[in-house]
Amino acid sequence: MSEPWGPHDLGGQEGGPIDLAEHDTAYWEWQIDAMVRLALRKGLISDFAELRDGIEQLTPHDYDQCTYYERWAKSLAYTLVSRGVISRQQLEDRIDKVRARQEAEGVA
Amino acid sequence: MTESTFVVGQRVRIADRTPPVHHRVPSYAKGHVGIVERVCGLHGVPEKFIRGDGKPRQRIYRVRIPQTELWQDYDGTDGDKLEIEIFEHWLEKAE
Amino acid sequence: MTDHDHDHSRTLQPDHAEPTSEGARVGLALRELLIEAGHYTPEEEQAVIAAMQDASPADGGRIVARAWTDPEYKARLLANGATAIRELGYELEPYEFTVMENDDVTHNVIVCTLCSCYPRSLLGMSPAWYKSASYRARIVREPRSVLAEFGVELTADVNVRVHDSTAELRYMVLPQKPDGTEDWSEERLAELVTRDSLIGTQRVLKLARKPGES
Repeated sequence: MSEPWGPHDLGGQEGGPIDLAEHDTAYWEWQIDAMVRLALRKGLISDFAELRDGIEQLTPHDYDQCTYYERWAKSLAYTLVSRGVISRQQLEDRIDKVRARQEAEGVA
Repeated sequence: MTESTFVVGQRVRIADRTPPVHHRVPSYAKGHVGIVERVCGLHGVPEKFIRGDGKPRQRIYRVRIPQTELWQDYDGTDGDKLEIEIFEHWLEKAE
Repeated sequence: MTDHDHDHSRTLQPDHAEPTSEGARVGLALRELLIEAGHYTPEEEQAVIAAMQDASPADGGRIVARAWTDPEYKARLLANGATAIRELGYELEPYEFTVMENDDVTHNVIVCTLCSCYPRSLLGMSPAWYKSASYRARIVREPRSVLAEFGVELTADVNVRVHDSTAELRYMVLPQKPDGTEDWSEERLAELVTRDSLIGTQRVLKLARKPGES
C-alpha cells in the first residue's frame, strides 16, 4: 500500500465507530448540489473530475472540518476562480455581502 | 468500441505510482494483483480532465482482489474479496 | 491544524451545518454570482432540485421487485444495469450501472473510498454515514466488523464482496428475496426493499405487514 494521496484517500485508514444518525438535507445543500450539476451542464467545468480535484486541493484540516457540500462549494469556487469565470475579488466581496446580510437578519 | 487489452479472468497488477494530479486509484490498491472481473466501457481519463477534456478515453476494468492479499492482518475468510474499477493505463499483466 | 486528522476528528463530519458556516457562505456567494452573470436561472435550479428530490430508494425497490419476479429481467439487470434500469423508464446519468446480487454465500456492500460516489439520480441523497470518513476508511479493510455495527453478523460461510466505486460506475445491491413472500405481488415486494439493503449494510429484509393486517 502506498502513502495516501491527499486527505480524501481514506480507504484502509483507522476510523471510529460509524455514526448511524440520519440527517435531512438542508435547502442550501440542495442549492449547492444544483449549482454543481448546472456548472457541469453549462460547461463551466468539464467533468466531475475537476470538482474532485478541487476537493483534493483542500488542506487536510479544511477537508476534515468541512461538511460534504461545503467541500463541493469550496471546490467549485476554486475551479471557477482558476478558470477565470469569476475573480477572487468578486467572490470575496460577495462572501462579505452574504455575511453582512446574515448578520443584519440576525442569523449569523 | 475497440477491443479490450485484458480479458475476464486475467491476472493484472495495479500500478504503484502517485502522479501529482487528480487520479482515481486509492493508495491501498496500488501495487496489488487481482483478476479482471468484468470489462467495462471507455471513459474520460480523470488525470486529463484538469484543464483538459479527458481524452483519449480509456477502458475501465473491474478488478477483484482477495482481501487477504490486500491486508496482511485481514480478519475474515479467504473468499472475501474487494472489487474496484481501474482504468487500463493503470494495469499491467501479472504472472 | 490538529494532530488528530487520522483519528477522532475524522469521525466528526456532520452531514450539514448551519448555512452561516464559512463553507456554506462560499457556496451561497458563488450561487448568487453565477445566477447574476446569467450562467443559470433560479428556475433551472428549481428544476434540478425537484428532479433530485424525486429520486428515492423506492425506485431501487421497484427494480429489485421486478428482478425477483422476472428471471429474464434479472439476467438483463445483472448483465447491464443501466440498460435494464432505463427499460423501466428511469433516467440515469451517463454512467455504467452495476448490480451485484446477494445469495446464500455472498454478501455485497458498496462504498466510495475516494469521495462518496452514489447513484443519486436513482436512489436520492446518500445517507450521512455513507459520506463519513469512518465508513469510507474502514469498510474496505474490516467489512465484517463495520457490517456488525449495522447489525449484519456474517457467518464464515458467507463471503463479503466490497465494491469500491472509484470512477465512472455506480452500484446497487440486489438483496435476497425474503422467505414467505412467494405469493406476493411485485408492488408489495417493492415495499420491502430498504435503502440500506441496496447499499449492502442490511442483509435480511423484514416482512412488512399488509395495511390492515395484524
